[in-house]
Amino acid sequence: MNDVAGEPGAVRGKLPDMRAPLARVVVRHLDFFYGTTQALKGVSLDLPDRQVCGMIGPSGCGKSTLLRVLNRMYDLYPRQRAEGEVLLDGMNILGPDVDVTLLRARIGMVFQKPMPFAMSIFNNVAFGVRLHERLGRSALAERVEWSLTRAALWDEVKDRLGSPAAGLSGGQQQRLCIARTIAVRPEVILLDEPTSALDPISTLKIEELIDELKQDFTIALVTHNMQQAARVADQVAFFYLGELIEAGSAAAMFTAPREKRTQEYITGRFG
Amino acid sequence: MSGNAEHIVKSFEHELTRLSDLLTRMGGLIETEVALAAVAVVERDPGSAARAVEMDPEVDRLEREVEQFAIRLLALRQPVAADLRRIVAALKVAAAFERIGDYAVNAAKRSMVLAQFPSLSNLAGIGSMARMVQQNLKMVIDAAGTYDPEKAIEVWRSDRLIDDLYTAVFRELVTYMMEDPRHITPCTHLLFIAKNLERIGDHATNVAETIHYAATGEVLPDERPKGESSAFASEQPRG
Repeated sequence: MNDVAGEPGAVRGKLPDMRAPLARVVVRHLDFFYGTTQALKGVSLDLPDRQVCGMIGPSGCGKSTLLRVLNRMYDLYPRQRAEGEVLLDGMNILGPDVDVTLLRARIGMVFQKPMPFAMSIFNNVAFGVRLHERLGRSALAERVEWSLTRAALWDEVKDRLGSPAAGLSGGQQQRLCIARTIAVRPEVILLDEPTSALDPISTLKIEELIDELKQDFTIALVTHNMQQAARVADQVAFFYLGELIEAGSAAAMFTAPREKRTQEYITGRFG
Repeated sequence: MSGNAEHIVKSFEHELTRLSDLLTRMGGLIETEVALAAVAVVERDPGSAARAVEMDPEVDRLEREVEQFAIRLLALRQPVAADLRRIVAALKVAAAFERIGDYAVNAAKRSMVLAQFPSLSNLAGIGSMARMVQQNLKMVIDAAGTYDPEKAIEVWRSDRLIDDLYTAVFRELVTYMMEDPRHITPCTHLLFIAKNLERIGDHATNVAETIHYAATGEVLPDERPKGESSAFASEQPRG
């Protein structure tokens, strides 16, 4: 059920040979508990290198919890614990000796609501860089420009880098948050419903951006918007009640999913 | 499959049902068309032929209705998985049904010409072909109405028999023509009629493949059972 490498579905036997790409993040037998409530049950999933993995499922299915595990966000709260393995390039990030701050620089996260810091556009992007690296003034400026360019925001803000970030539109703020995330050059980017607060055009801009970013980064995208998963994800994972029900290529999942529950959920028959 | 559970949006469920109903109606019409054409040929009955011809505009109209409705569903509902497969299948099935109607009309029209010639002694071959084609057609229309992959596979498999019969009829008619040149005109019409029936069988097979994919998400293999070899059949003049 949880095999990610196998090509399921629609055009079985007619696909060109698509070997499973190298997995950047490997999740194995992951259980997660909020106190006594189990939110993830034996989840095993690979995030293929430089691909977008879309995570879908009804509210409370565990997809956001998985993102919170992937960069140890849950460490901030008592009584939450994860069991199992999450390997980033072979290293178990759930281990006790892992430097969580460093980990979060390698696995960046963007949230549902754009949350720019109450500072200038420039400093929003430079903030994390200053924390992790000692760059000279011009190297830092270069990095900020690089990040804003990669986040498709540079042209819109290059003349007002000193202005407060709060003055940007919602869509621009979200792209600023993406710029802030990629500024520390992570390997993996976690996106938790990054467009749910945005208008359709801003949404398409973010989706285009995700398409661009996957050339350099491995991306996990949690979304409630099934069409969005279909549009941007290479691989889609469907979660239900804390279990990974099915994962496969987006094309297979949206034309011929193997599991009945996936079928019923994505066609709008339960949820 | 999605047939088990109702869509949360009831109007979408109604629309899918309506699409299915349209196809069933088309299926009913072409089934009658083909039956009338067969009677027209075998019984030399121009009345049946005329009725078959009269039905065709309604078949064409239904095809356009299915097409427009399916395009609307694709645009407005953005269907996925089984819903998507069914809607795309409806487009293909409607087109195939429309072609089947055309072949029936062509056979019916030729039967009117045939009726002006003296009867050929033996139409048993064409008669069997017509019966078998109608059987397959009925089964594939049922399969399309219920998205039944088993029935679809049965149709897909049995097309070979029709092809074999066609080859036999082809040889028989060529023999008649060699025996007496006065047979050439009626036998040529009969050849075309046999070809029409054979094509109807092929379209029924295509519909079976489409239905199988819509129902299961799996594509049937490329090599479908194929028996038609009249293209290579030859009759050497005797003596």
